[in-house]
Amino acid sequence: MRRHLLSVDDLSRDDIERILGRAESFAEVSEREIKKVPTLRGRTVINLFYEASTRTSSSFELAAKRLSADLVNVKSSGSAVDKGESLKDTVQTLSAYDPAAIVIRAPQAGAAALVARWTRASVINAGDGKHEHPTQALLDLYTLKRRAGSLEGLKLWIVGDVLHSRVARSNILAFTRMGCEVTVCGPPTLIPREIEALGCRVRYTLDELGDADAVYALRMQRERMTGSFVPSLREYAAQYQIDGRRLGPGQLLMHPGPVNRGVELAAEVIDSPQALITEQVESGVVVRMAVLYELLAGGGAPSAVRVPAETGEPQPA
Amino acid sequence: MTPTPAPQNGAGGRPEVELDRVPTPPATVFVQGARLLDPRANLDREADLVVRRGRIAEIGDRLEPPEGAELVEAQGLHAFPAFVDPHVHLRTPGREDEEDIDSGTRAAAAGGFCAILAQPNTEPPVDSAPVLRSLRERARAEARIPTGFLGAITVGRRGEQLTEMAEMAAVGAVGFTDDGSHVPSAGVMRQALQYQRLAGRPLALHEEDTSLSYAGVMHEGAVSALLGLTGIPSVSESTMVARDCALAAYEEGSIHVQHVSARETVEIIEGAKAAGTRVTCEATPHHLLLTDEAVRSLDTNTKMNPPLRAEPDRQALIDGLRSGAIDCVATDHAPHAREEKEEPFELAPMGVTGLETAFAALHTGLVLPGVIDLALLVLRMTAGGEPFGIVAPSLTPGSPANLCLADLDAEWDVGEAGYESRSDNCAFGGRRLTGRVRMTIADGAVAYRERSFALGAVA
Repeated sequence: MRRHLLSVDDLSRDDIERILGRAESFAEVSEREIKKVPTLRGRTVINLFYEASTRTSSSFELAAKRLSADLVNVKSSGSAVDKGESLKDTVQTLSAYDPAAIVIRAPQAGAAALVARWTRASVINAGDGKHEHPTQALLDLYTLKRRAGSLEGLKLWIVGDVLHSRVARSNILAFTRMGCEVTVCGPPTLIPREIEALGCRVRYTLDELGDADAVYALRMQRERMTGSFVPSLREYAAQYQIDGRRLGPGQLLMHPGPVNRGVELAAEVIDSPQALITEQVESGVVVRMAVLYELLAGGGAPSAVRVPAETGEPQPA
Repeated sequence: MTPTPAPQNGAGGRPEVELDRVPTPPATVFVQGARLLDPRANLDREADLVVRRGRIAEIGDRLEPPEGAELVEAQGLHAFPAFVDPHVHLRTPGREDEEDIDSGTRAAAAGGFCAILAQPNTEPPVDSAPVLRSLRERARAEARIPTGFLGAITVGRRGEQLTEMAEMAAVGAVGFTDDGSHVPSAGVMRQALQYQRLAGRPLALHEEDTSLSYAGVMHEGAVSALLGLTGIPSVSESTMVARDCALAAYEEGSIHVQHVSARETVEIIEGAKAAGTRVTCEATPHHLLLTDEAVRSLDTNTKMNPPLRAEPDRQALIDGLRSGAIDCVATDHAPHAREEKEEPFELAPMGVTGLETAFAALHTGLVLPGVIDLALLVLRMTAGGEPFGIVAPSLTPGSPANLCLADLDAEWDVGEAGYESRSDNCAFGGRRLTGRVRMTIADGAVAYRERSFALGAVA
């Protein structure tokens, strides 16, 4: 695996399986009373978030802390970024602290790749514009694999605003790489032209939703209404909402959060045992621990640190 | 029209096309043994060429250098009529940190150009006669090669109210354009075409329906789907071209379509030309050589407007170059400050520089692989002034000396020794090209010599 995680395209199937396996062993740590291992002791992780985020930023924070790293959170409001500092200058300034990793969330595609050009740290893309969100895809793979046992041949439907969704793009790439058949479905105004090039099928109605083993609903953002991508939330819900009628028995339900209850999902399915939504949040921490481990300790970890790879399982601190 | 580039206030009456440059004494140069190629004159032979007092004086074998001539030993080099670029952004006034008339015309001369036309989307825009007149004055103090200026079609380039085009034409506007923006209202465009009967200059059109291109940053297709970037569909260009060809035909006006990028646009222009509409058009080296695949890197020097399109579009442009549907090559040289291009792709400004690489890039990408022949490239690169009434440069004796000497075997890495331009956002930066301009004579004066290109002693 490379030094950075910028795109799902950076990961081979083997890489993904190794990360998922590692996340599995960290999950055992998370069940202990002291949920901490010393792997990244003395190393610094910087969370650089140019967009509001609750779950991604907090789960990276927890992941870094459970690996004993020192963590610095930098948010765009109240920072030099607010004073007009360029991304390049901010990254070069933060890099002067010699961090081991920079986790970056930014509203523009390719921001993480740019950061990687300007720093010696490992860069983890925590969402770049509408482009990609690779750790979300990894935690989604992990969650579904845990429940379904195997991913091979699974049929996944991604439903909603694919056009504006980095989660959709990373998940199409990740799930097809792991042998799943991916279908994207949504209003024709919100499905990018030529998205099939990513290896998925396109449907504009939920008529064949019964084929799916798992349904992945995307967040429908209210601001999309202003661009007249859909005539109304009411019409959107009538056509694309996943509710108890549409979700068949045995079909699993996922969502990247936060959910708009009553828009893309009906309350009855959110609370059903078929929904994996809270499990996805739980998985976020262990998968991000596994990613930090892969990038920072997987290759040439300092010998003073006992790494789980040597002992077969992570050691509590 | 005068046989330009270059005339200084020739005939009276209706204003002629006038380009400006720093006045310099006319050159007397003896170009020895170059392969002379001028497709318009059916000239393709190795011979000596004499420039005497700024004019092509003589072509022949084993000529004697005239007294006082600079001797240029050009064995192994090609000599072409120098190129004309109808689409350059000199960023003056307003953004002289990105380019000024001196640096922009130096870049042009280094690329083998003997004349360029500057676009009016400056700060402030060139939308009145005083601004245009002051630019012409500056060009007479700074421009290394003849430079012409276009005025805006609408006040502030806002697409609402026509500028005083008649007055701007009277003080020397070469044409009119709102380049960088389109004229959204068909009604305003029609009035501009009607008014052309008075102002008498071509309308050069940036064609883009912004309700279709919206917030797009690259071509809409598989690559934009993968990158999650908002796409600019080809139809945002072609539908406007169709509208304006129809309006030009109805008003019997004359339009020049700028930077054609899409296959559909080429088809529409072919059809309009066949129907007798007075429409000409240009294509850029980057659209002729690169596609949206290059954007995968998210290198901001692949971001421009119109965007790099798909391979079928590129092929249609090449076919158009061959058939004449596309009249000329234009660089759309658009310098941008480094800090602006170092932003993430979606934030970076659109535009790339291209004056210094246009010939070498097209020679490397189209001529060497045999896609088009050298004579066709020279034909299209020298034709950029014709839509504006500027006669193409020629090597025919008696013509003003506008010629470019090029070494077609020289390999170089773009940007290795910096740029003459003040900006370095070149679409071909870092690429290895074959073919290098060694010397440019523009309007009878030596405008550029490559530093390493040793001139012979004065004969």
